Amino acid sequence: MGERRAVVTVLGVDRIGIVAAITAVLARHGGNIEDIRMATMGELFTMIALVNLEGLQGDFNSLQAALAASGSELGVQASLQRREIFDAMHRI
Amino acid sequence: MTFADAEILETIRMVTVERLDIRTVTLGVNLLACAHPDVGTAAERVYTTVMRSASGLVETASAVAAEYGIPIVNRRVSVTPISWVAAACDAADPVPFGRALDRAAIELGIDFVGGYSALVEKGTTRSDARLIASLPEALGSTMRLCGCVNAASSRAGINMDVVRDLGHRILELAQATADRGGAGAAKFVVFANAVEDNPFMAGAFHGAGEADRTLHVGISGPGAVRAALARLPATASLERLAEEVKRIAFKVTRAGELIGREVADRLGATFGVVDLSLAPTPAVGDSVAAILEEIGVDAAGAWGSTVALALLTDAVKKGGAMASASVGGLSGAFIPVSEDAAMDAAVAAGVLSLEKLEAMTAVCSVGLDMIALPGDVPPDLIAAIIADELAIGVMNHKTTGARLVPVPGAGPGDQVEFGGLLGRATVMAVRRTGAPKLIARGGRIPPPLSSLRN
Repeated sequence: MGERRAVVTVLGVDRIGIVAAITAVLARHGGNIEDIRMATMGELFTMIALVNLEGLQGDFNSLQAALAASGSELGVQASLQRREIFDAMHRI
Repeated sequence: MTFADAEILETIRMVTVERLDIRTVTLGVNLLACAHPDVGTAAERVYTTVMRSASGLVETASAVAAEYGIPIVNRRVSVTPISWVAAACDAADPVPFGRALDRAAIELGIDFVGGYSALVEKGTTRSDARLIASLPEALGSTMRLCGCVNAASSRAGINMDVVRDLGHRILELAQATADRGGAGAAKFVVFANAVEDNPFMAGAFHGAGEADRTLHVGISGPGAVRAALARLPATASLERLAEEVKRIAFKVTRAGELIGREVADRLGATFGVVDLSLAPTPAVGDSVAAILEEIGVDAAGAWGSTVALALLTDAVKKGGAMASASVGGLSGAFIPVSEDAAMDAAVAAGVLSLEKLEAMTAVCSVGLDMIALPGDVPPDLIAAIIADELAIGVMNHKTTGARLVPVPGAGPGDQVEFGGLLGRATVMAVRRTGAPKLIARGGRIPPPLSSLRN
């Protein structure tokens, strides 16, 4: 499957602990964060991280599920997608 | 390679808010090797070939959709036209093939299987004739089987004998499924210039020129297109709108291309085509008619609808063609009446007539699609409606089709529930002045001079 990078997106209402929780999940699963941006506009929290999964412990689906669960606990939507979809849609 | 936050969020918005999805991944399966003189043996071969060829389809589609974050709504299979597969059998009818396909579809967990079909634009073989005669039973007694007949082409003309017969068969098929509003007829299409790599139902079949297992993708993003146009100023020119449609069509097609190739790769199948068609669903926000309204037509079916649809269909093709290495299928805009909330509303409001729909089919990719008709429309009138639609396709070198559903016992304005994926529809009014004398003549209308291209 070649490319081992994925994009984590977190969207929701801002609260303390979101970045800490999500990055902890990534660390636990062996994901290496290569780029991370976070912004809040008023109440709205957005975080986008580019993660290298070469050192992934376990499989893609487990990490995806763990992120979703962590997001759920915090009341935000956390998703994981292979990065190629963004390259494909937004580059000629 | 860097990425911009805005692009990430745009993709997510297109999926979660604007209903971007991969409408279907359809695996085309070659069944020619299943031919056998004994119909039972051949039908069993069909069953095992489809099961073996498509065994990983559902699971793979789910996995790929989850990994890339773009839903794949339908998983389907299309097969070699059954009239070819059944030709070696001197059986009375090929219904066992239809039942074998239906059984396989249910076990695989796919929603439709297409290919109970015959290609008769130039002439009808004995096997073709048996299949056509069996349509009411085969499509009426199965849940997931779909079929089609190619009755015309720009090279061969229009087989009016078949068109006349199909008027009767379609009525019988509808009557055989009267308890479901005639839904059997919703699983059948008559084509001019049918394509071999269409991933959409009910007209999908696996053509003779294709490989043994080919994966085609049907993408869909009417919601994303409409939302993009809505973000432009109300004074934006029509060229500006066309440009915007191109850009969105590019993105939507790229998503389909990436995901389709990944699914094909994991299944070990050949990648076929991305069909660029904008295909609506009844869900709110997923309507092609709503795009026409955004372009500036008061309602789908009003004057201005044909030019708006022409702009849309052409811009979709231009944006999509740039995005994919392999474009095919029907590739345009679908205007299925019962599968588009705003279209159905326009019918109910009396704004959208059958005649205007016919005009619109001259510039869009399919034809008279999912049209609920009154149940008492005579066979020769159905045949004449079909013949008119086929003529548009033949003379303009494009694919057109007719998917007409006469609803037993229903009249114009009645609501009919087909059930499941076929949804519901408002029965349309049909003018009863027809051409019974023309239909009774039969024969083959010769092809246009424009097809002598050599």
